[in-house]
Amino acid sequence: MSPVNAVMRRELRSFFVTPMAWVFLVIFLVLAGILTFYAGDFYERGQADLQPFFAMHPWLYLILVPAVTMRMWAEEAKGGTLELLLSLPVTLWQAMLGKFLAAWLFMGLALALTFPIWLTVNYLGSPDNGVILAGYLASWLMAGSFVAIGACLSALTRSQVVAFVLTAVVCVLLILAGQPQVLDFFSGALPRRLINALAYLSMLRHFEAIARGVLDLRDLAYFLLSTLGWLLAGVLLLELKRVR
Amino acid sequence: MIETERLTRRYGNLTAVDALSIRAEPGQVLGLLGPNGAGKSTAMRMIAGFLAPSEGTARVCGHDVQREPLAARRALGYLPEGAPSYGEMTVREFLVFIARMRKLGADVGRRRFDEVVGRLQLEDVLEASIDTLSKGLRRRVGLAQAILHNPPVLMLDEPTDGLDPNQKHTVRQLIDAMARERTILISTHLLEEVHALCNRVVILAHGRLQADATPAELEARSRYHGAVSFSAPGSGVSQEMLGRLPQVSAIEVDPLDGRITVFPKPGARILEPVEQLLREQGLEVSEIQLERGRLDEVFRQITTAQPGADA
Repeated sequence: MSPVNAVMRRELRSFFVTPMAWVFLVIFLVLAGILTFYAGDFYERGQADLQPFFAMHPWLYLILVPAVTMRMWAEEAKGGTLELLLSLPVTLWQAMLGKFLAAWLFMGLALALTFPIWLTVNYLGSPDNGVILAGYLASWLMAGSFVAIGACLSALTRSQVVAFVLTAVVCVLLILAGQPQVLDFFSGALPRRLINALAYLSMLRHFEAIARGVLDLRDLAYFLLSTLGWLLAGVLLLELKRVR
Repeated sequence: MIETERLTRRYGNLTAVDALSIRAEPGQVLGLLGPNGAGKSTAMRMIAGFLAPSEGTARVCGHDVQREPLAARRALGYLPEGAPSYGEMTVREFLVFIARMRKLGADVGRRRFDEVVGRLQLEDVLEASIDTLSKGLRRRVGLAQAILHNPPVLMLDEPTDGLDPNQKHTVRQLIDAMARERTILISTHLLEEVHALCNRVVILAHGRLQADATPAELEARSRYHGAVSFSAPGSGVSQEMLGRLPQVSAIEVDPLDGRITVFPKPGARILEPVEQLLREQGLEVSEIQLERGRLDEVFRQITTAQPGADA
């Protein structure tokens, strides 16, 4: 078994031995349901699709992903197990990848467990299931980017609380970056080109594009590259800690 | 084999390890000795690849820890200070995780697992989560982790720290049994450990190497080396008389129990003359002892020298 796989399995196990993972799953599912029906006007819209459901996901991830990723490296640094882990024949990149995959799969599981809402919408009408599938894909990709951000920032500190807050802040910035209000605010001060770049950084824009069912290579690349970029940054941070 | 060449680690202005060059050969148990904060753990962390050296190199079985980190780590079993492990895992899960990380394969993994569990007497706690174990058991789990892949080089950071005398004895026996064909580097601040385990000692203070010798050589540096001490209750042994012996340099009387220690002049042997003198005087001596030298005294002398001063 490769070290990546071994690290991933250990992390997944450690999620489920504490009640943390179960609490997380329940909160995620309950919130996803409530927000969709109440805040998202699921019934009143009179449309058979999951648009209001997916629209809530960035905000759910904002709170829940940092909770999953905060312990990733911070706990190891604090408990001294980092020294043990890094004296095993494993590269930083492999360890990072294993931890990332565990958290990402966990998010995938949470997402998969929302299937009753998919059943509901199919019972109520005849939605375009292709678009719904694209929505799930977009949501999972976005979760991956968030997890990568959390993985990176957890490597920065020994404190889980600091890791949580930093991750939430960075995620909210990336969600808000493309909002019209934010862009308007900066439009006087910054050149047009920079505003466009800022808009392009927005998670929401790429997420919504895929969730509409339009699979553009650029949107997929955005999530894959930002995920890889944050993971790489996390590896560099760990390496820096080793040298400094 | 472990070799370091001018291994150095700086944290800002503080030099935790300063140009340390040591060498441990197969069959050797090398003790890294020093007061707390001398740089023992930092040196070990660099050899383990957890910290990068600021300067200098370290090699494990010929593999440079910076350039071939994975090969070096494969050859090394390492018990970090305090024996950290994943508390929420059971002992079995933890060891299986280590076996997977070390790619031991199912057959070898199972054989080594059984062997190590047997050797460290962990059979009864395999299904207990590590958090619930006593300090001694946790240390044993840490040791099991370090020797699981049967490494040619073993590095143990304070392996007996915080254990009770029985547990210390068990761990020492284990290290002794493994020492024959392996290279073992242990750090400690317990001097008894040096006698019990090590056949070579490196003393660190302020990050610098202060001494590299066998325990016997270190003892020979002691003021007490070759001294004779005895108890002669109820008799006013004439110190004057002893002082007149040509080989004797000094005499001390312990104010608490009246034990008399006679120090030789450099190179002189004084056991026989002292015994003879006592016989001639017809003094009743309950017990007489030739001192080998006191490591604690040498240790203090070496490690409390001014930083920067040569040993």
